[in-house]
Amino acid sequence: MNRIKVTIDGTEAAAYVAHKTNEVIAIYPITPSSPMAEFSDQWSAEGKPNIWGSVPQVMEMQSEGGAVAALHGALQGGSLATTFTSSQGLLLMIPNMYKIAGELTACVIHVAARAIAAQALSIFGDHQDVMAVRQTGWALLASNNVQEVMDTALIAQAASLESRVPFVHFFDGFRTSHEVSKVEQLTMEDMRAMVPEEFVRQHRLRSLSPDRPVLRGTAQNPDVYFQGRETVNPYYLAVPAILQKAMDRFAAIVGRQYKLFEYVGAADAERVVILMGSGCDVATETVNKLVSQGEKVGVLKVRLFRPFSAEHFIAELPSSVRSISVLDRTKEPGSSGEPLYQEVLTALAESLAAGKIGSMPRIVGGRYGLGSKEFTPAMVKGVFDDLAQAVPHNHFSLGINDDVTNNSIPYDPKFSTEDPGTVRALFFGLGADGTVGANKNSIKIIGEDTDNYAQGYFVYDSKKSGSITTSHLRFGPKPIHSSYLITRANFVACHQFGFLERINVLKNADEGAVFLLNSQYGKDEVWDKLPRPVQQQIISKKLQFYVIDGYSVAKETGMGQRINTIMQTCFFAISGVLPREEAIDAIKKAIKKTYGKRGESVIEKNFAAVDSTLANLFRVEVPAQTSSKVELRPPVPAQAPEFVQDVLAPMIFGVGDDLPVSKLPCDGTFPTGTAQWEKRNIALEIPSWDESLCIQCGKCSLVCPHAVIRGKVYSSDLLAGAPESFKSADAKWKNFAGMKFTIQVAPEDCTGCGLCVEACPSKSKSEAKHKAINMVPQPEIREREARNWDFFLNLPDAPREQLSLTQIKDVQLLRPLFEFSGACSGCGETPYIKLLTQLFGDRTIIANATGCSSIYGGNLPTAPYTINKDGRGVAWSNSLFEDNAEFGLGIRLSMDKNESYARELLVRLAAKLPEELVKAILNASQNGEAEIAAQRARVAQLKQALAGIDPQEASALLDIADMLVKKAVWIVGGDGWAYDIGYGGLDHVLASGRNVNILVLDTEVYSNTGGQASKATPRGAVAKFAAAGKSGPKKDLALLAANYPVYVARIALGANDVQTVKAFNEAEAYNGPSLILAYCHCIGQGYDLIHGLDQQKLAVQSGHWPLMRYNPDAKAGQPKFVLDSREPSIPLEQYIYNETRYTMLRQSDPEAAKELLGLAQQDVDNRWKRYEALARDSAAAATEATAAASVTSGD
Amino acid sequence: MIDLSTRYLGFKLRNPLVVSSLPLCKEIENLRRMEDAGASAVVLHSLFEEQINIESNELDRFLWDGSDVSAESATMFADLNYHLGPDGYLEHIRQAKQAISIPVIASLNGVSRGGWVRYARDMQQAGADAIELNVYFIPADPASSSEEIEKLYLDLVTEVRNTVSIPVAVKVGPYFSAFANMAQRLEAAGANGIVIFNRFYQPDFDLESLEVKSSLTLSTRGTLLLRLHWAAMLYGHIHSDIAITGGVHTAEDVVKSMMAGAKVTMLASALLEKGIDYLRPLRDSLEAWLEKNEYESIQQMQGSMSQQSVPNPKAFQRANYMKLLSQYAMK
Repeated sequence: MNRIKVTIDGTEAAAYVAHKTNEVIAIYPITPSSPMAEFSDQWSAEGKPNIWGSVPQVMEMQSEGGAVAALHGALQGGSLATTFTSSQGLLLMIPNMYKIAGELTACVIHVAARAIAAQALSIFGDHQDVMAVRQTGWALLASNNVQEVMDTALIAQAASLESRVPFVHFFDGFRTSHEVSKVEQLTMEDMRAMVPEEFVRQHRLRSLSPDRPVLRGTAQNPDVYFQGRETVNPYYLAVPAILQKAMDRFAAIVGRQYKLFEYVGAADAERVVILMGSGCDVATETVNKLVSQGEKVGVLKVRLFRPFSAEHFIAELPSSVRSISVLDRTKEPGSSGEPLYQEVLTALAESLAAGKIGSMPRIVGGRYGLGSKEFTPAMVKGVFDDLAQAVPHNHFSLGINDDVTNNSIPYDPKFSTEDPGTVRALFFGLGADGTVGANKNSIKIIGEDTDNYAQGYFVYDSKKSGSITTSHLRFGPKPIHSSYLITRANFVACHQFGFLERINVLKNADEGAVFLLNSQYGKDEVWDKLPRPVQQQIISKKLQFYVIDGYSVAKETGMGQRINTIMQTCFFAISGVLPREEAIDAIKKAIKKTYGKRGESVIEKNFAAVDSTLANLFRVEVPAQTSSKVELRPPVPAQAPEFVQDVLAPMIFGVGDDLPVSKLPCDGTFPTGTAQWEKRNIALEIPSWDESLCIQCGKCSLVCPHAVIRGKVYSSDLLAGAPESFKSADAKWKNFAGMKFTIQVAPEDCTGCGLCVEACPSKSKSEAKHKAINMVPQPEIREREARNWDFFLNLPDAPREQLSLTQIKDVQLLRPLFEFSGACSGCGETPYIKLLTQLFGDRTIIANATGCSSIYGGNLPTAPYTINKDGRGVAWSNSLFEDNAEFGLGIRLSMDKNESYARELLVRLAAKLPEELVKAILNASQNGEAEIAAQRARVAQLKQALAGIDPQEASALLDIADMLVKKAVWIVGGDGWAYDIGYGGLDHVLASGRNVNILVLDTEVYSNTGGQASKATPRGAVAKFAAAGKSGPKKDLALLAANYPVYVARIALGANDVQTVKAFNEAEAYNGPSLILAYCHCIGQGYDLIHGLDQQKLAVQSGHWPLMRYNPDAKAGQPKFVLDSREPSIPLEQYIYNETRYTMLRQSDPEAAKELLGLAQQDVDNRWKRYEALARDSAAAATEATAAASVTSGD
Repeated sequence: MIDLSTRYLGFKLRNPLVVSSLPLCKEIENLRRMEDAGASAVVLHSLFEEQINIESNELDRFLWDGSDVSAESATMFADLNYHLGPDGYLEHIRQAKQAISIPVIASLNGVSRGGWVRYARDMQQAGADAIELNVYFIPADPASSSEEIEKLYLDLVTEVRNTVSIPVAVKVGPYFSAFANMAQRLEAAGANGIVIFNRFYQPDFDLESLEVKSSLTLSTRGTLLLRLHWAAMLYGHIHSDIAITGGVHTAEDVVKSMMAGAKVTMLASALLEKGIDYLRPLRDSLEAWLEKNEYESIQQMQGSMSQQSVPNPKAFQRANYMKLLSQYAMK
């Protein structure tokens, strides 16, 4: 049969089979499994049928716990059903997995295997999640590469239906799930032939039906539960044979033969490695090379891990083996070995005891590849070399330097198995410049328009703005199974000139490789602009050096900042993978295919870019000597602290892999205040202050997402010694009369979003476009402003107690304790967090739900949370996604307990301490900044006093005396957490009555995982999982919360900044749970974020986001429920149709868009009526209460 | 029996009340109501090539902007099948043709030569009875001479004319150095009708925010005077049908337009203000006016007050301030 070749990634391969062989699909986003759910949702939205000609029903759930429960239900209902997940998501499924297996329910779920959050979260691949479900009774079946993913997904479906044992089909997160590879696509006939109708029928007949009622899910007593648990044994014993039969049938139909265990290597191998997943391909490639060199080595690939068939295992293992190294991609602290090692050990020991093998080989085991740590042929070679030692390492780690327990296997990183016939290309780009997209396109072109095999893998750094992407492309005439990063590239492209001084771009360039540079400098001038180490490498490695000014070509051809098509054209032109003309045709064909549906003009500008590229691509004559004086920039300044220098700087420089274990904190605890050392210089333009126009309102710094534009009031004498270019103006504060004021920008930390300029209300009277803040090119003023920034930082902050914390201009004089995060340029969330830290940061603990805010808040290398001059700042922690409200509540409980214990101790020690001091501390109300400062001073005195007491008595109080100063607990997260996965916990915390503050950063979509719909997504908006436009209305979390006696506010900084500040202050002051719902503009909404503040205004004006506050503690005579915005004054469409999430529905399904717009407008109208009524009733109640009080008091 | 019929672009229309290109025409149901209320033809809302391009580029940009933000979000949106370009508009023409029996005139505003021609051809294929070219250049570039600007108009009319076989009307603004000559040249280029005049977007200032704001004010009856002026002057000098759009609110306005020489009047602001059903009383008042003033037909009055037909033709050629001298001397 003729099967088409497709160039796809592992998630698409799995989803393809899953969607074709199931009827109900329950989904929930989690990296890296999300694309499988997204594909399924989209295909069903497009009406694509399964192999029975019916379109699967796809349902997004509120959590993985919900997804697996819906899966359980769908299976009990008789459908073929599936779900997709990873990591914590799989862990959340565990309870129900026991049920599904216990009931012998045929089913396959597809897992992109990922690390588990332990000392830190990791989105990357290993087997910790699947190993955490090995006890549930599900079969665990591994795929090693993209082709295997597609094949195994189908084989598993067949085997599960026949065996009745549910299967977890897993493959390595990112390495396999996100690797793009050329594979043969199974046909509908293949799938029909593999899925036996008889077993499907039996599955249906076992379902729940009132027409043949049964009882399932009983409670069993001590008399029979045990026996009941043992009933399933025959089914598990049968699985290996059934699976092998399915694999054999697959081989007969498709031609690819799989085995439960598959040995590759020398027939007389003495040393064998055993492992699972993508590492198998790496080991196979290594073994093939070593065997060709005469070594007696081999690899045993484990596909079926559970049920573990010792019989099949022993049969596959060469009898010649003398020593075995079992490699586990997981970690079980405290165990006597990781799971695969233990299975192998048990199988061999039992076989020896039973006389099935003659002797026991030496068996060692160790860990490799956790959290997508690279696993390379060099490491495999290291293992074989180690096995040849008299006493090989055992319980080792591989691929890292564990200098703490000193049990890592050494290896020579130079060892390579790269096939000389394979072209290896490396591309360094920016997330925003389209490099990854272009390379995915190139891989597709090569995969689908040539006979070559192709592989693409993409690495991102952890920033959401200005992130560096590295694309690893291989292609050649032979199938490519090199599932590791390229270290010997024969093509290196650097799409950003600035990278040359930040990272070692040419480190992995092979001798004679091509080096393509996107450069604003032409072929005759570029050489002298290169840093010296780059020149050195070009010369010593004899690189062929090409340049193109991609940004000029992009500008001329209407491509804006996107150089994807241009650089892609260069790649094809230079690499020679296709004849030039053919390549151009293929690129244009791909452009048409990729962008065709976006309209003619998009195609035309891309075509224009292709056509203009070749004329602007030049080869550079390489001189024989270096000439540059420019060196690579140090990753952090010399004055950075030791930990930053030693530990964080290597990560910033891209060599974090070289850090030994001893350098890492053992419990995941890191210092804050480190983002200040990572000078990223990503803005092309930064704001410049015109002091003559500035009214000193503070709005610019209020809206700044990265805390890079700040104001200070200070005594004029402090200007002595200021850099000449340092600007100042007379302070326009009554209480700071005679002082000076400065707005200063951190030039190297600004991302250039321009929100400050948008917010600036002050315009020149002679030229309206000139404001008090204006964007200017960064490079020319970088050094000057960096000096000014340093000077500015050393100016004192205004005394907090002299500021009015309800006034924007005063609030902006507070030092932000959240700065320079890696959030998107123009982020709508971070200004709220920054404000929180300005107001309460020096006494706040933040519990942060997983999501964007935990990534820009806590993703290494550096931390944006920082400290004030006294060393105080936010203590921050991320527990999980689903549990954040409860996590925060726990912190509150602990704070309260500590405080009450401290008070108890204080009372106990009172006789030995100054009476007045004790009394003052115990009676302090701590309302407001001044009172808190006073209490802090008293606690300082207390500590001094305690120093004079017997340490045995005093130490307990000394340890927790600081708890006598009021602490704030803020629970922060996004709408996916608050509206969906964490809602149950949130509800409980709101009902608890405890003094926590909850800040929901509502972008109306799961932003961090790539734009999936949440229950905060408004009706009519398109999101992933709502490709046809969300049909239901947004959940009104404010009203739901206001059912409890909790403080609730809905705010939008861009619409009403005063209300925003008021809400924060009131929430903190309220002695009980407070909930703030903050409108956050986001790239997931689809517009230029420079208009984010305007969109916030429109959201409020249209009534989509009515501003309100509900304060159960409102003062007597004041209404509890207050509307802070006016009746909607513009139609909803005037707001929503500025955003792609809405317009794309109008463009794809105008009728549906129209209908949903009508309903959404009704939602707005109805809600406004409800709110108005609440506000009216509340006002009336307040008036009545006042009147009643007057009567009572006899006034 | 009073005969309200007229001829425009080769069609016999039951009266001179044509619905001008306006957003109400986006709804098929509205088109039905217009026909029921007495409209004799409709000009659909405009297909703006620039808008199509902007929509395409915006969609492309924002799908891209959300891409490759991090390893977790390689994309931010599901990529759907969009109906960008003229598809929606062309489908609207098809549906309009099925829904109503009065002539359906498609309106086109292009920016590129290729766009004008391509979309005009598409409109004809979709079943439009005629095309109104909504030409909307703001000649802001000081380097562009009036000759160049005029040539742009003429070239595109020629090209569209050579592309389609259905009647083509050209809707223009009044800002030409020699409009009478321009009208003749547009006719020579192939225009079957001249629609006077486009009302251009005129930016206003927000004095609070010091920003330019869009201002889309409705026409008033005063708007009509410039149109009457030029219809009266063109009448007899060109053979293309003249249509007046802008400032037509009452039956008297229609009568004046006919007398100046227009074949039809196009209504926009009146319908936006008073609703589609206003066509009904408007038509009735028109008939009543003719009856009261003893006219038999619309065609009888067309051009009766044109420059050629009035006793004082110079009245149309004088500039404003001269009337200060002596009203009698003006006669």
